[in-house]
Amino acid sequence: MAAPKSFRFDTLSLHAGQAPDPQFGARATPIYQTASYVFRDSDHAASLFNMERGGHVYSRISNPTNAVLEERIAALEGGVGAIAVASGQAAMHLALSTLLGAGAHVVASQSLYGGSHNLLAYTLPRFGVETTFVDPRDLDAWRGAIRPNTRLVFGETLGNPGLDVLDVPAVAEIAHAAKLPLLVDSTFTTPYLMRPFDLGADLLFHSATKFLSGHGIVIGGLLVDSGRFDWDASGRFPTLTEPYAGFHGMDFTEESTVAAFLLRARREGLRDFGACMAPVTAFHILQGIETLPLRMQRHVDNTRKVVEFLSTQAAVESVGYPELASHPDHALAKKLLPKGSGAVFSFAIKGGRPAGRKFIETLRVFSHLANVGDAKSLVIHPATTTHFRMDDAALAAAGIGPGTIRLSIGLEDPDDLVEDLGRSLAASQKV
Amino acid sequence: MDLVVDGNKAYVYNAGRALDAKRPSVVFVHGAANDHSAFLLQSRYFAYHGCNALAVDLPGHGRSEGSPLPTIGAMADWIAAVLDAAKLGEAALVGQSMGSLVVLECAARHPQRIRALALIGTAAPMAVGDALMRAAREDSHDALDMLNVWGHSAAAQIGGNAVPGMWMTGAYLRLLERAKPQVLHVDLKACADYAGGAAAAAKIRCPTLFVLGSRDLMTPPRNAQDLRSAIVGHRAVVLDGAGHALMAERPDAVLDALIGFVA
Repeated sequence: MAAPKSFRFDTLSLHAGQAPDPQFGARATPIYQTASYVFRDSDHAASLFNMERGGHVYSRISNPTNAVLEERIAALEGGVGAIAVASGQAAMHLALSTLLGAGAHVVASQSLYGGSHNLLAYTLPRFGVETTFVDPRDLDAWRGAIRPNTRLVFGETLGNPGLDVLDVPAVAEIAHAAKLPLLVDSTFTTPYLMRPFDLGADLLFHSATKFLSGHGIVIGGLLVDSGRFDWDASGRFPTLTEPYAGFHGMDFTEESTVAAFLLRARREGLRDFGACMAPVTAFHILQGIETLPLRMQRHVDNTRKVVEFLSTQAAVESVGYPELASHPDHALAKKLLPKGSGAVFSFAIKGGRPAGRKFIETLRVFSHLANVGDAKSLVIHPATTTHFRMDDAALAAAGIGPGTIRLSIGLEDPDDLVEDLGRSLAASQKV
Repeated sequence: MDLVVDGNKAYVYNAGRALDAKRPSVVFVHGAANDHSAFLLQSRYFAYHGCNALAVDLPGHGRSEGSPLPTIGAMADWIAAVLDAAKLGEAALVGQSMGSLVVLECAARHPQRIRALALIGTAAPMAVGDALMRAAREDSHDALDMLNVWGHSAAAQIGGNAVPGMWMTGAYLRLLERAKPQVLHVDLKACADYAGGAAAAAKIRCPTLFVLGSRDLMTPPRNAQDLRSAIVGHRAVVLDGAGHALMAERPDAVLDALIGFVA
């Protein structure tokens, strides 16, 4: 007898976490635009505060609309739960601040979103947390960078902007051999293209601003826990395994066998740092996730057509997309990303920065802005925008040159995208 | 809190509260391949409401040492030994699924020590299907999938966890995955082999509460009927639409049923 299966991905995208509203029968997820919640009586209030009953107290800590979103992303990722926060950066910060304190060390990929690199390289050292950046393709570098005080290994499933494919199983194995968790930024892939927990990652976060919400209308982040990492066995995480004076001496791993991390992150991180998500934002992200499978497939299909076009153009020096045989992670992408390598990629234009400027300013369908993962196609010049804080050496290490242009391919008719790119490429070569 | 029972470390969740023999005690016993966290909310409530709350990890489960005990009777005696180790005279017992058989048998064997009994998601006999038993014997992940899908109502598999942000079936599956090899098989075999339900029920004289889920596929309410018939004066709460994982699916309803009954 085959084992029974629960609901599949597309069904969970639409339903997970939400039943029709029991009071009015509303089918859509209601937006609970409220700061707080009326207690039944004094004992009920005390029980909610002390985690003797499930429920909501104050929307900085939890909110019913946000909870639907949290369950939905946890279901799609195969996790035990999630926390919705104000942005992808807030999600990353919540993960780090839950696990790390002064004196801790992180091993991270050098191919990161500029904001993530900034947090690790410049901001956290001020709080006593150091990071060693490594070439994500160099497994020996990951292994060699781990120190006795390392507490976290971190990378992006698809590095920004060179689309380095993180070898999640191999890096997870390295992390686990050192009794460390692997955190990944899964923004570019979404659970439709990759489920990192199935490959060995322990924690992940999304900038839900991107493909999950999908329409460029909100800022939000989601932090998800696989529930697999054994914090007690690691012995390196006193924030989870020793009594916490900030909550009646709670020992989080005793309190929750599989969700100690989330418990501390919500009870400390949201309470003390306060980077909560607005419920209307959660609603918009939920609307986006309802069509995630459909949109991601179209994003990938359109991207393949654009990549094929650019690869044949004389004005293009190189195209960096893992599905191309020329990409260094081509074989890994075939293994880890069988549905596609996403819809954000970079290419180098002949003529350097002046040609790049002309190209971007001539585009009609693509929007020039600092975002990715919109339903509309987007373009940006990373060296002067998203990664402008990095020096030339760091830019080169991240695979960014002066002529690198990053595209985020949307859902338009692919022929219109190709025509727009072709026209602007021609214009760029007349500078 | 760690106790020593039969020479092995026995972990008991007590919400970090010191035990006091003058207070009423409530012992919570989990189901197959689970641990104390199955009763997290309910045990924490009683620990902060004037009781000694002891949510155990049975031997070989969770943080407790030793091998899983092969029979319901052995587990029942182990619960009594936990009370000894904790220096507690009597207690109310709360058990779910396999744990319900354990507390039933414990109350029958040690009537002088058991003040009240709560049987959650229970049935006797507690048959285990061939496919599930075979998968458990082979330590196949299929066994965990069966328990996860059959153990939750259809509504619970969509979600709506009372604990904000937690994906119920994901968390339950991960908990099952943490069980050591063969633990689930030993537990299921102990349930299937237990033939003492009727005899134990006939000996019960303490106040007894049944909490059942109307959509429970593992222990449908009709399969608890023989026990209910044998325990005179029992109280029963049937939670409409709920499946087998009652403490997770309906944590407040389970707690409300227990409040005033076990302490």
